[in-house]
Amino acid sequence: MPVRGRIYLATVIAVGAIAVVWAALDMAGDAQAETAVLVLSLVSIAIEHSTPAMRRYGNTNIGVQMTLPISIAAGLIAGPGGAAIVGLVSGLVNMPVSWVKRSFNAANFVLSALAAGFVLLATGADTRVMSGDFDIVVLVDIVLAGSAYVLVNAILIVGVLWAVEVVPPRAVVFGAMLRTAPSHVAYGFLGLMIAVLWPSLGALAAVLVVLPLVVARWAFSQFAREQEAYEATIRTLVQAVETKDHYTRGHSERVAKASVMIARVLAIREDRVTALRYAGILHDVGKLGVPTTILQKTTGLSDDEFASIQKHPLHGMEMLRDIEFLDEAIKGIRHHHERLDGLGYPEGLRGDEIPEFARVIAVADAFDSMTSTRSYRGARTSEDAVLEIERCRGTQFDAVMVDALVQALRKEPWVPTTVEPREGESELPASLDHDDPTVDVVAGRERDR
Amino acid sequence: MTSVDLAPRRREEFRGTAFVVGAAGLLVIWAVVQTASAGVQQVQVAAVFAIFIAIGEVIRIELPGDREAAPLGAAGALAYALLTTYGPGSMATVQSVWQVVSLTALAALIGALPHVAAGRPTRFDEIARRVLAAAFAAAIFRPLYDGGNGVLGDESLASWVLPLVMVLIVAATGLIDAAVSSLVRADRNRAPYRPTLRDELRALLGIGSAIGATGVLIALAAQVMGWWAIPVFCVPLLLTQFSFRRYASIRATYDQTIEALSRVTEVGGYTVKGHATRVSEISVAVGREMGMAEDDLLDLRYAALMHDLGQLSLAQPIPGGATVMVDAGDQRRIAELGASVIRETGVLDEVADIIERQADPYRRPREHADPTLPVSSRIIKAANAYDDLVGDSLEYGPRLDALERLRLGMAYDFDPRVVETLARIVRKARVPHLSTAPGSQR
Repeated sequence: MPVRGRIYLATVIAVGAIAVVWAALDMAGDAQAETAVLVLSLVSIAIEHSTPAMRRYGNTNIGVQMTLPISIAAGLIAGPGGAAIVGLVSGLVNMPVSWVKRSFNAANFVLSALAAGFVLLATGADTRVMSGDFDIVVLVDIVLAGSAYVLVNAILIVGVLWAVEVVPPRAVVFGAMLRTAPSHVAYGFLGLMIAVLWPSLGALAAVLVVLPLVVARWAFSQFAREQEAYEATIRTLVQAVETKDHYTRGHSERVAKASVMIARVLAIREDRVTALRYAGILHDVGKLGVPTTILQKTTGLSDDEFASIQKHPLHGMEMLRDIEFLDEAIKGIRHHHERLDGLGYPEGLRGDEIPEFARVIAVADAFDSMTSTRSYRGARTSEDAVLEIERCRGTQFDAVMVDALVQALRKEPWVPTTVEPREGESELPASLDHDDPTVDVVAGRERDR
Repeated sequence: MTSVDLAPRRREEFRGTAFVVGAAGLLVIWAVVQTASAGVQQVQVAAVFAIFIAIGEVIRIELPGDREAAPLGAAGALAYALLTTYGPGSMATVQSVWQVVSLTALAALIGALPHVAAGRPTRFDEIARRVLAAAFAAAIFRPLYDGGNGVLGDESLASWVLPLVMVLIVAATGLIDAAVSSLVRADRNRAPYRPTLRDELRALLGIGSAIGATGVLIALAAQVMGWWAIPVFCVPLLLTQFSFRRYASIRATYDQTIEALSRVTEVGGYTVKGHATRVSEISVAVGREMGMAEDDLLDLRYAALMHDLGQLSLAQPIPGGATVMVDAGDQRRIAELGASVIRETGVLDEVADIIERQADPYRRPREHADPTLPVSSRIIKAANAYDDLVGDSLEYGPRLDALERLRLGMAYDFDPRVVETLARIVRKARVPHLSTAPGSQR
């Protein structure tokens, strides 16, 4: 860590510590404030420990930052000092990280909560809410307090990014922070809810307000678990395809990777990138419908046999058609062997008739095939493969996709995959790869150049 | 849909759905008549809650396991049933039980209109369920409060009494709701009542407690805040709803993917079309009849769908894919290969265990039945043999022949209990439908 990083962290932690001392003095002797701070601290610990799986997914929509509403509740019930103490507790129990980070987090929460608390004090929202004499305008005060919290929090975090030089602060500010700020501010309403019911319900108010959130987190962790299970299952499906030919091991994952690289250059929307990644992973799944004997054939194929291989995009579509969320991906899988000039299969579509995903996958597919070892040749270098693909630019491949791949490769180099036959596998048949644009898999037919 | 309902259901069978919808319908008609003759009380408060309930119905969600919920609508109905004073003026609310029932029902029906217009199926049993829940809560709470004149209207009560009573009523409502919804569900799935109730209680615990808590909160907060308590206090429940929506959608996707996996062997020509789907339908129906829990039924369904996956490793497809025709050693090898592929996922171990042992005989000569053999494996073994023999035939004859053959194998190959259950299902023409499978989202 650079020196300025150390100085920065030490300063923030020191200021935080001073604030805590002030807060403790500010609160001392006020019985209601002390009870509230104790209850709210316990609640924030309970939330933090209710569903640990949440943290790994860093979902910003549901309850990662429950510190803000709890601090607002404390600010309304127990004043800025109370808010600061609750912030301290949430910061200290926050994450299983080093004590330096933990202390910084705690200081950050303390100062942010203090800012929110002072806004509530200045607007008089705290006295109005606690006396029950308030109207809908109080929502404005809550939004202001929440904004103050988010602002101080953001400044301190940007400071640490600047001081420790890990990521450019600009990316963080204009990325995650701005995007999540409104939802964090809206969370402030939860704090209001607790405070409004505090006089009549006390601790029960906090429990009832937090219950739906705990349930939300539980559901989200279930979602995350299922999502993982789903990925694992898809991978298994793909492995089942790849065991048919050990040279293609990992091919699907690499095609997915190259497709995503292309998609990033084309600035394709994030949810579509996910679909495209799945399309890449699953593009050859239809091979399960092609007899193994044909897939593993080492000599040129007869026309009939090639026709059978040509059906694999259709088989893939047939298997996956009922998976609703793969809708666009399925189109990509179905047409990933079409050529721009209409000479591809299965339907001989040309130009823009070919779905965008299919045009992306076609390039990624050929590129990975050429940069991998095949039984009949070694892996080509990335440069050679690009030359070959550029030769087919506009005839077989969409020029936009080819250019995007070239651009992506400039930023992120591609390591050719060399496959050494594992022990006992050297006897495996040396089949021809139908994805490789430099070979003709049909026996006795000249490749059209 | 490859299987069909052959015979009409016998008349003496209890129709839970008809009962629940009918009871709710009569209740609502009576309530509307009563409300109309007494006049609607405190129209403004009623309108606020009606709008809230209707919106909640519009944004209803699917839950995993073919369930439906309208969390906001349900919370709004509960809050209206439990409302005491309203707004900063501390106006005591006087809506009758009948008004709560009519308002909940009419608002829910209005909220269902956009779904009807969009051509989405509307499940009146689910709406009926929500109306009955609100009716129950109101029937207990309204007399106790009685426009501020009842026991709970007494201002000298300790402040914790009212919330505690509300929480208790909401908890009781949750139990009643689970009982009612099990009636509908047992009927729809043609499943025994008690295991269904157990599953419902478990499934509704999470979202149900969030709904209940929000209902109580809104009723209490409306005392000081009035109408705007509703949008503010709905924020957490909206988040809950959002989480559940995502959970349900990934579950649906997962389900569709397993079905896709089951088609892999068909596309490859290893098995006949529809075999895996039919085996899973039969297996789930048998498992359900035997009282298996929902989670186990889901594993059973997945295992049944993928039971032939091991055939992919065969060099040559078995003619017609009928494993019942090949010798026991090959059957076992297919089962083991399939299980090992599925075990690779790392998340479907139970399913892999079931598949691995699907070819094992129920017991060997002069030995006792193997207690470690999962009941799901025994079910799949029988369902698989049955479907290999019957196929997609709609005739009754082959079914009886197939059952006869299973009975002959009962001494060693098949579990007598499974075969008897299967026979009962076939006899009653209870041929299962895909839509009743746990976890399917159709």
